[in-house]
Amino acid sequence: MSYLPSELLAVMAARQLAGVSSVFAGVGIPLLSAVLAQKTITPHLTIVVEGGSIGPQVIPGRLPISTNEMRGAYRAQMLPGITDTFLFAQRGFLEMGFVGGAQIDRYGNLNSSVVGSYKAPKVRLPGSGGANDIISLCRRVIVVTMHERRRFVPRVDFVTSPGFLEGGDARKRSGLVFGRISRVVTNLGIMGFDEKTKRMCLESLHPGVSVQEVIENTGFELMIPNEVPVNDSPDESELELLRSLDPDKKFLRTDGTTHATVSPNRNQD
Amino acid sequence: MRPADFVEARRKLEAKPVPVGEKLTTLSEAVRRVKDTDHIAIGGCLFSRTPLALLAEILRQQRRALTLSRNLMCYEGEWFMAAGAVEALVTSWFGIGLPWGLSRILREQIEGNKIRFEEWSHLGLGLRYRAAAMGVPFLPTITMLGSDLMSVTPTKTIQCPFTGESLCLVPALFPDVALLHVHRADRFGNCQIDGYPHMDADIARAATTVLVTAEEIVSEEEIRSHPDRTLIPGFVVDALVEVPYGAFPHECYGLYEADFTHFDAYVAEIKAKGMRAVQEYLERFVHGTKGHSEYLSLFGEEALHRQARYARELLGRS
Repeated sequence: MSYLPSELLAVMAARQLAGVSSVFAGVGIPLLSAVLAQKTITPHLTIVVEGGSIGPQVIPGRLPISTNEMRGAYRAQMLPGITDTFLFAQRGFLEMGFVGGAQIDRYGNLNSSVVGSYKAPKVRLPGSGGANDIISLCRRVIVVTMHERRRFVPRVDFVTSPGFLEGGDARKRSGLVFGRISRVVTNLGIMGFDEKTKRMCLESLHPGVSVQEVIENTGFELMIPNEVPVNDSPDESELELLRSLDPDKKFLRTDGTTHATVSPNRNQD
Repeated sequence: MRPADFVEARRKLEAKPVPVGEKLTTLSEAVRRVKDTDHIAIGGCLFSRTPLALLAEILRQQRRALTLSRNLMCYEGEWFMAAGAVEALVTSWFGIGLPWGLSRILREQIEGNKIRFEEWSHLGLGLRYRAAAMGVPFLPTITMLGSDLMSVTPTKTIQCPFTGESLCLVPALFPDVALLHVHRADRFGNCQIDGYPHMDADIARAATTVLVTAEEIVSEEEIRSHPDRTLIPGFVVDALVEVPYGAFPHECYGLYEADFTHFDAYVAEIKAKGMRAVQEYLERFVHGTKGHSEYLSLFGEEALHRQARYARELLGRS
């Protein structure tokens, strides 16, 4: 069964939620993956959306576009307000954060603020939203993004959301005692971080992807082990479910993690 | 007012006439309380319960040199930039949503250095309103630490006096005016909100002056029979206006879903014409209409009914 890069990304991200109790998910592919996991491997997964929704379900074809609209509250268990939703994460209840990002560097720092300098940017991006809070406060965080050289940069122009900062124990020294970026899931493979240096390393490849392809699409030197395992292909049931959730490919078009390429959509097409 | 100045904020609140009795008035009379250079905090979130009727009236009355704050800012921010009415934006995120791309208007204004933009994390800004709502100068948090947001905002890092851990302090944000759109209120301004409360209760307490539009003015008895649903008490509210569909084409939980087709058309015009498209939009929808009923008539009854039906579906009702 053939699939789009975005579909592969969503399936691989969903599999990361096996055994996870709660996920604080950004809209787009991260939320789509969380819903897929809830409907397949993790039925008790509590999805948390930053607009202030705990435990929502989703009507297939009517995925929320923002984090704070009625669609994101469908059959929710609690609507506590935005500040209090984040405070559940600050207290330490939320196990996993799922976020995208415009730029990511070798230490997992994310930039969704500016391309170029902050004071005189070449491109002004939308900003942190809750990304900084999710990365700072959840117990673990997985970044879900398309793997492109322009995104995987040696050093982000601006640290909107802190990964391991300059590496080593820099994150802890900054006061972020808790939380860490555990993985980066892309359409090419899965990356982790070296225990000591906190530099990004390749952990596994998706089927049909070569190490060379990963290297070519990464703007910095990835640590690469001698043996790189290959993940199982998305199976038909995963893909069918995923497509039923987003039948119009609002988020699965080519890239559901950032602004750039998704076309406008309607309430109900 | 300086950030975090809780003493000055309290003095301002005590200096103002105590809002007692009935608050019901008209949009134009309510908005007369807004002054040039005011800091206006906008309730709701992104395209949910945006007080668009109040915002449009502020533009009709041509207030200038405003600061706008909102946790996630939607295209109302573009309206004020296009009108030349805003000097600074305080937010954590600006846009409509993934499918509509980056805001070309925001890009032009910031990349051209025409506006001041202050970026916070979502919780960071929420805690600024919360601190002000509590009447204290700041709140400690462990968010934002280590990020570059710390260096572009008036945050401070301190060592916790109890544990020695590093903490980020966010200064209280006391807006001059809060604008809110709620589901129902009685004539005294006791407000109830269904669904997402967003940051409205904090924003209302943080501000010196609070202007509210409600989908429906209900009896005092109805509020008293469900006091647990009241998020904002009447003594916080200065002016109240009954404005059905007061957030349209944004959503109001349970009553109408956001009209995404309208957003599509709005953004398509901007793609074609840039800032001029927003100015033309304002000419038609804001300056070309005398009030919210005329504004709504440009969308048509059918659109209002359709979006109301979508909202009922999302509540599981038909």
